[in-house]
Amino acid sequence: MDWRERITRAGELLHEFYRGRHRGALARERRQEDDLFMLLVFSEMMGIENPSSYYTLELLPLLYEGFHEWHIRMGMDHSPLEHFRCC
Amino acid sequence: MSALVLMVLGLGAFTAGYLLYSRFISEHIFRLDSEFRTPAHVQEDGVDFVPTNRWVLWGHHFTSVAGAAPIVGPAIAVIWGWLPAFLWVTLGTVFFAGIHDAGALWASVRNEGKSIGALTESVVGQRARSLFMIIIFLLLLMVNAVFAIIIARLFVQHPTSVIPAWFVIAVAVTIGYLLYRRGVALLWPSIIGVTLLYASMFVGNEVPLSLPESVFGLGPAGIWVVILFTYAAVASLLPVWLLLQPRDYINGLQLFIGLGIFFLAVLIARPDVVAPMINSSVPEDVPSLIPLLFVTIACGACSGFHGLVSSGTTSKQVDNEKDVRFVGFLGTVGEGSLALAAIIACTAGFATLGDWEGYYTSFGAGGLDAFVQGGGVILASIPGISESFGQTLLAVMAILFAATTMDTGVRLQRYIVQEAGTIYDIPALTGKGLSTILAVGCCLALAFGSGGGGEGGLIIWPLFGTTNQLLAALTLLVLSVFILKQGRPTVYTLAPFSFLLFMTVWALLTQLRGFYENEQYFLLGLDAVILVTAIWVGLESLSALRKAASESSESSA
Repeated sequence: MDWRERITRAGELLHEFYRGRHRGALARERRQEDDLFMLLVFSEMMGIENPSSYYTLELLPLLYEGFHEWHIRMGMDHSPLEHFRCC
Repeated sequence: MSALVLMVLGLGAFTAGYLLYSRFISEHIFRLDSEFRTPAHVQEDGVDFVPTNRWVLWGHHFTSVAGAAPIVGPAIAVIWGWLPAFLWVTLGTVFFAGIHDAGALWASVRNEGKSIGALTESVVGQRARSLFMIIIFLLLLMVNAVFAIIIARLFVQHPTSVIPAWFVIAVAVTIGYLLYRRGVALLWPSIIGVTLLYASMFVGNEVPLSLPESVFGLGPAGIWVVILFTYAAVASLLPVWLLLQPRDYINGLQLFIGLGIFFLAVLIARPDVVAPMINSSVPEDVPSLIPLLFVTIACGACSGFHGLVSSGTTSKQVDNEKDVRFVGFLGTVGEGSLALAAIIACTAGFATLGDWEGYYTSFGAGGLDAFVQGGGVILASIPGISESFGQTLLAVMAILFAATTMDTGVRLQRYIVQEAGTIYDIPALTGKGLSTILAVGCCLALAFGSGGGGEGGLIIWPLFGTTNQLLAALTLLVLSVFILKQGRPTVYTLAPFSFLLFMTVWALLTQLRGFYENEQYFLLGLDAVILVTAIWVGLESLSALRKAASESSESSA
């Protein structure tokens, strides 16, 4: 390992030292925001009127990946949407 | 005697403890296994569970557990002479804190990364869990109050520290912004940030700032306490990435730099220890050495708070189970060295015994002031550092440690209030606003109620120590039960557990009498609450150990 690689490695470890301690708290905060966004996108299907659903409709396939984890986190063991089964 | 001898003996004891005792414990009691799949791998989620390089993890663990407390405790305790504090710090670090911290880490790694609180419930029982929550609440309450008083006193006695201590907030916010919003690499902001911090110490040293003698009937220290809690309330509401994260990081760097500079200065200066080995002429108000020594120095010898860190965050990031020894024991050794530095500064940084006695006029009077004064003198042996700059540097270091703990403490206190709001269905308490006001209000009341107002001594300090040791005892109990269930020898955890619980109860009784005689009824009430909790811990322990013993004898039969 030459000195350039060593400095890069030291920089990585320093960065890890910076991030590590609050990684969980930050990730949880971001997840809360994402959860709210999920609710907004899926709200029309659950009977909550949402004027922006026309625009957010195309996001559905993108968010579907995280749908299962989301409804579990929200305290619903199964998908709350009848025509939108996932487990 | 030269302080160098103390330093070599202390560091030597830590090294021997790590090389011999921690190896024995890791191999025969914990039986660490590199093949065991740690929670960081089994439950890896990129959030809490992340396998982490052991050096980085040690850095996190060490900087999370080390703060102002391992400085304040020994700085107060040397009033009994340097020997008792030195022995308790070295032996405590090796035989109490090492097994406590690493044990909590190991037990958590072996139990899906569960925290000690959750382990208390599964290993001991539901009642013990409630007990655990009560102790944590009391601990947080006292941490915030005590640290606010400490910072306020330092601001008043070392007005040169005011500018750098507040300037660091600007540095932290800038680093947080550059990293999080601008995606700048960390190295340069770190170097520039730390340089600016030290430059601000030079400025502060030239421009001391003092508050007016009295505002609304409050003295300068009292005003600082109010300002500090207002700041802590605001800071606890800011996003973590903006202030807390960069501030913690700068503190971590400061800790390594500060410790390095200090031990280098001791090597160069080789000051003589002027304080007596055992002080035979202690001031009148100083309580008896036994049991008070063991609660005056909690962090630095053994502290329950470490178990929370070990099992709360560190355990979820252990890459290989063998790292438990490195991270757990060496984290403790790091904190022990900070306490050792404090002992040296407070006993060898004075020209004569008379000077030293001038600082230690009553119990809790010396403390951080003596550390800053004595440490500054020792630091001045490094070319280019003046005595007053050395003092500013140490005062700022202590303030930063205490302030970051306060930031986190107030935030945690708010979470507890919010959680109570959710449990008891009080919507007003679930929001951030009212819960922060309530959390800060409780701490403020305690700070002033304990004769703080900033002016009084640190009467509440030993009480804080008792709560901390009670938590340590509870953690050691959980650990003992866990070890017992595996059919391994429990003497290495049960002996420190019994010692701590016994000393804590004794210290609480001694203080109870003192508070009654001095008519300090607020503290008397608090002491009584902690005493009840301590007795409760004792009873729970007996029943848990009896149950575990009968279970293990049944299974072996």
